[in-house]
Amino acid sequence: MTTNEPYKVQLEVFEGPLDLLLYLIKQDEIDIYDIPIVRITNQYMQYLDVMKMLDLNIAGEFIVMAATLMMIKSRMLLPVEERPQVEDEEDPRWDLVRQLVEYKKFKDAAAHLGELEVRQENLFSRSGEGIQLGPEPDIALEDVSIFDLISAFNEALRKAPREELREIFAEQFTVAEKIDVIMDMMKRKGRASLSRLLGGMTHRYEMVCTFLAILELIRLRQVRAKQSEHFGDIDLVPIEDL
Amino acid sequence: MTDWNVIPELKQIVGALLFAAREPVSIETIRKTLRDAAKQYEGPVKDFAQVTDDDLRAAIKQLNEELIRDRIGIHVGEVANGYRLQNDLNCGIWIRQMLEKGRSNRLSKPALETLAIIAYRQPCTRSEIEAVRGVAVDAILKNLMEMQLVKAAGRSELPGRPWLFATTQKFLEYFGIKNVQDLPGIEELRRMEKAQAEARRNEAIERAVNEEQSVPDASVGSEAVTGDATTLDTDTPGDETDDERPDQAGNSRAEDDASEDENDEAGVEDEFDDDDDEFDDDEDDEYDDEDEDEDFEDEEDESEEKS
Repeated sequence: MTTNEPYKVQLEVFEGPLDLLLYLIKQDEIDIYDIPIVRITNQYMQYLDVMKMLDLNIAGEFIVMAATLMMIKSRMLLPVEERPQVEDEEDPRWDLVRQLVEYKKFKDAAAHLGELEVRQENLFSRSGEGIQLGPEPDIALEDVSIFDLISAFNEALRKAPREELREIFAEQFTVAEKIDVIMDMMKRKGRASLSRLLGGMTHRYEMVCTFLAILELIRLRQVRAKQSEHFGDIDLVPIEDL
Repeated sequence: MTDWNVIPELKQIVGALLFAAREPVSIETIRKTLRDAAKQYEGPVKDFAQVTDDDLRAAIKQLNEELIRDRIGIHVGEVANGYRLQNDLNCGIWIRQMLEKGRSNRLSKPALETLAIIAYRQPCTRSEIEAVRGVAVDAILKNLMEMQLVKAAGRSELPGRPWLFATTQKFLEYFGIKNVQDLPGIEELRRMEKAQAEARRNEAIERAVNEEQSVPDASVGSEAVTGDATTLDTDTPGDETDDERPDQAGNSRAEDDASEDENDEAGVEDEFDDDDDEFDDDEDDEYDDEDEDEDFEDEEDESEEKS
């Protein structure tokens, strides 16, 4: 592979629109039974924009949910008398809320399974030896969700000094190059904070390349993303092979 | 040194069997072993032919109590519908050290969520899983099957005969779970599903009646997510056989499993019908109160937006 070829990153996001909504709800500490639909819709759309910018493989479900949110929003804005008569005169958000609540319960159940998994790592038995899982394909983020990473990227974008729109720069940055840069930093410093990595950059394209490089390294199991507190800074840590 | 000639206690035999077993051992297996041995051998071995399940349970209990009391470092664990000897948790670190276990691969959150849905709702179709997660589960499902944590368990009676999925024995062992009924909150999560399926079915029927179309099937699970235009794969026989080949290990009983499971489902539904009503009522009540408040909320949002 020559360094001139653009590094094609095929990324699949396994989290869906419900994950994003729950993420936003948690982030803003919103009451799930009383969602401010206008605000949520705007935030949701903003995240979609960032994901498009990063060329992430956005499942069709994300677009469908965007349409659903718009529809709920428009229904909420109608005066009560003019709302289309749904049986039981339901709150237009109800279907969505029901779905979110159910999903959240399963997320909790999944977290419990995760705890059992960790606990089992310390339990050995003649019968248990065979259970070593193979690695999962694509991005299997354990500690940090894809939306945490996108949030961090978004923050960095906001803070970046405005790009010079006059000159057109030749594309000096490539994902492959950024992968080398990050791996090098890992070797030298042992870890890297996401905000510091992206913080120094001014060119949006450079930031995108860096971000994609990070995702690729996570996928290739060279690096792990850790977040010590919810919605806090994200650190990249190399994965040691034995 | 234990003497070859001395007749062992039942508890001793059970301990020895648990030690030698390669997988969790059920009461039935132990009982069968003792009885089969009694047929084969002469002498004291025959004494154990009459052993009952209660005898065995008592023996295991006592064995476990003594192991724990004397802090031997191991105890009897109940896992995957059976028993096995395993180390005391607080000694795990040293074992990991000795066996040179680095950091193990853990499952990602989406994988755990998919597993949770299957574990609580089994047997279930891919559509049902996707209806909860709101996104396709193809790749994850394939992966879980390759890891043998999930298996195909017969086909649904719904149109298209989609595959049904269930968790495996290995799933129970991997998480150290006794059996599926032991999962926390399983009653509630199964009940929610019944209530929702009911609600969706009623909605669909009402809509159909109003629009004077033919009544849609019960397989409208994905409509809750996507409305009309569904971008999720609907189950077609062609797709199923390509993506989700049934697990090779011991699936000749797949047909039996499916019919058994269907009977279970029916039984479970009967139990829960009464509860469903309670459940729905509570939710409606909560919601009525909020209707008044939220109109104000949105108006405030709107005025903020404009300014």
